[in-house]
Amino acid sequence: MSTTFPEDVRARLEVDAKEIIGRYPRQRSALLPLLHLVQAEEGYVSAAGIRFCADQLGLTTAEVTAVATFYTMYKRRPTGDYHVGVCTNTLCAVMGGDEIFAALKEHLGVGNDEATEDGRVSVEHIECNAACDFAPVVMVNWEFFDNQTPESARRLVDDLRLGKDVRPTRGPDRLCTWKEASRILAGFGDGRGTEGVQAGGPSLEGLRLARERGWAAPDPAATRTAPAEGDGDEGSAK
Amino acid sequence: MTTLTPVLSANWDRADSFTLEGYRATGGYQALRTALGMAPDTLVDLVKASGLRGRGGAGFPTGMKWGFLPKDNPNPRYLVVNADESEPGTCKDVPLLLANPHVLVEGVIISAYAIRSSQAFIYVRGEVLHVIRRLRHAVEEARAAGLIGTDILGSGFDLDVVVHAGAGAYICGEETALLDSLEGYRGQPRLKPPFPAVAGLYASPTVVNNVESIASVPAIVANGAEWFTAMGTEKSAGFGFFSLSGHVTRPGQYEAPLGITLRELLDMAGGIRAGHRLKFWTPGGSSTPIFTEEHLDTPLDFESVGAAGSMLGTRALQIFDETTCVVRAVGRWIEFYAHESCGKCTPCREGNYWMVQVLDRLEHGQGTEADLDKLLDICDNLLGRSFCALGDGAASPVMSSIKHFRQEYIDHVAQGGCPFDHRKSTVWADRAPAGAQAGEEER
Ligand SMILES: Cc1cc2nc3c(=O)[nH]c(=O)nc-3n(C[C@H](O)[C@H](O)[C@H](O)COP(=O)(O)O)c2cc1C
Ligand code: SF4
Ligand code: FES
Repeated sequence: MSTTFPEDVRARLEVDAKEIIGRYPRQRSALLPLLHLVQAEEGYVSAAGIRFCADQLGLTTAEVTAVATFYTMYKRRPTGDYHVGVCTNTLCAVMGGDEIFAALKEHLGVGNDEATEDGRVSVEHIECNAACDFAPVVMVNWEFFDNQTPESARRLVDDLRLGKDVRPTRGPDRLCTWKEASRILAGFGDGRGTEGVQAGGPSLEGLRLARERGWAAPDPAATRTAPAEGDGDEGSAK
Repeated sequence: MTTLTPVLSANWDRADSFTLEGYRATGGYQALRTALGMAPDTLVDLVKASGLRGRGGAGFPTGMKWGFLPKDNPNPRYLVVNADESEPGTCKDVPLLLANPHVLVEGVIISAYAIRSSQAFIYVRGEVLHVIRRLRHAVEEARAAGLIGTDILGSGFDLDVVVHAGAGAYICGEETALLDSLEGYRGQPRLKPPFPAVAGLYASPTVVNNVESIASVPAIVANGAEWFTAMGTEKSAGFGFFSLSGHVTRPGQYEAPLGITLRELLDMAGGIRAGHRLKFWTPGGSSTPIFTEEHLDTPLDFESVGAAGSMLGTRALQIFDETTCVVRAVGRWIEFYAHESCGKCTPCREGNYWMVQVLDRLEHGQGTEADLDKLLDICDNLLGRSFCALGDGAASPVMSSIKHFRQEYIDHVAQGGCPFDHRKSTVWADRAPAGAQAGEEER
């Protein structure tokens, strides 16, 4: 296997790399985004990817490898086009994440962090993804699929394998591929930030109840000590 | 009775809450104008007077942290926002950034101005793609509107903001590990002192604050310190998100004054799921010692939770009912700490590895009572002896669960296995039996 990118790939990625490096006061800060960038090219961080990052930043490949292997999002072998992460940290595990993870491994005939033979879908168990109020949580290419069950998760991976359009519960209108996701992480937008809901159900529970009961933070006019207190006209509508 | 006080979440039910237009329609960026008309030091004093304490877990007074920046250091100053949100149970910053990224952006601009920084970074965990899109979109909108860039609103203040995606490592939430990561290294904690205020990013004076801390600043500027201290308790002022998850009827985000109790919150959230009762809960994430029903009336403020033997942490209230096996729950958390240990110091790297082995055999009925002493012994070597708070955090669930549920561990030993049926804990356990839905499945 070659340890350098073909010339045309290198030339194209160098343009992106320059832009990334330009965002930071010191160039080494660009290493994490550069690793996302090479992962966007190949789907994982290969020896050629490591070499490329090292060349861009004037580091040794050993220095880059030491960083790449520290972070779990960088893959050392190809993942599926759709990488499915099942949260099995305590809260999700208890709420059914363990059952979902077991169901998916059996359904796809793969082990942890393995891809199906067609290369479409890979599965791994992940840690708490900051969505515990939507447990059990499944991520696909780091988009939220909230409130899953074994049945819904099986249907989800079937749809992914069939190439059907799949919509995250809190995310863009359709999923992008693993490589496209990595490119966003490297700092290149896909113009879809305004797609999808602003908030999912549980995010709104507190606000809904506050509206229902007429609860709000204090009126600032009533808490200021300087002006006269108790004057009913103080709280002018904002 | 305590009531909810939506501030950061007040506009979340607008479909356009995450856009500049939607944010402005509810008063957004007015505080920025006010702030830019004030002297930076006056702003620092205002935040000090508000009593705002860090919302990322440790509760350090925000204004005081800003005041620690040395006046005579010629290096540039940096503001770094910690959006790594990875502490198990913590799920507040992510919905905030999805629904209302501009309140953070406004907070960043005001805070950077207050500490005289012209370069801010927002370090977001990488595993939340849409949050990263939303945040970048908000930063771009703000830039296009002249709220970020040079000579902001004619004030002469310049600021650049970079949204930086992490790559999967809980430890990068620890502020000094975060800085190493942002500098392009493995994320491992640094020795403190020097604290980031003195030698932070690129060895320059740096303020690291949590998303919710910085997002709280615009409201304080707009409404005043007295408004903020009118909520919460004397030493734990203001409001914060209380994130309920697990076996509750309506899990979700409840923005309330500090000092509210779990009993009050559960009441608002429809109680423990029907037909079940509370068994144990975390007040502030997996690194805070677990509580039981005897703590239902403990005010959830820094002092009261501390006095009751735990920590307020991130107000991540993970609720478990009587169907949950505490040994399994703790074992899973320790697997997390073992996986996320950065490996820099021996007590944490080795201690968590061994605790996983011991908890695993206890869970599966192959342990002995002596294993409990072994666990406590390992915790003894972790607590206060590890290099950073990740190690201390790992001791919390183990020690507190043995304290409250020793008999349950012993039951595993005595019965040679787990006395619980895990299926009963799942969200679908109490739903209609499979047969009733067969028609739907065959459709
Ligand atoms: C292992 C570990 C993980 C942490 N993760 C986070 C995190 O994800 N977000 C956060 O704001 N603080 C986190 N912290 C706390 C930070 O070190 C720091 O105290 C905080 O960002 C300071 O901001 P604040 O004063 O506004 O709370 C973590 C600490 C430790 C020890
Ligand atoms: S306590 Fe754990 S995470 Fe912290 S420095 Fe030591 S090994 Fe690393
Ligand atoms: S435990 Fe699964 S998202 Fe938090």
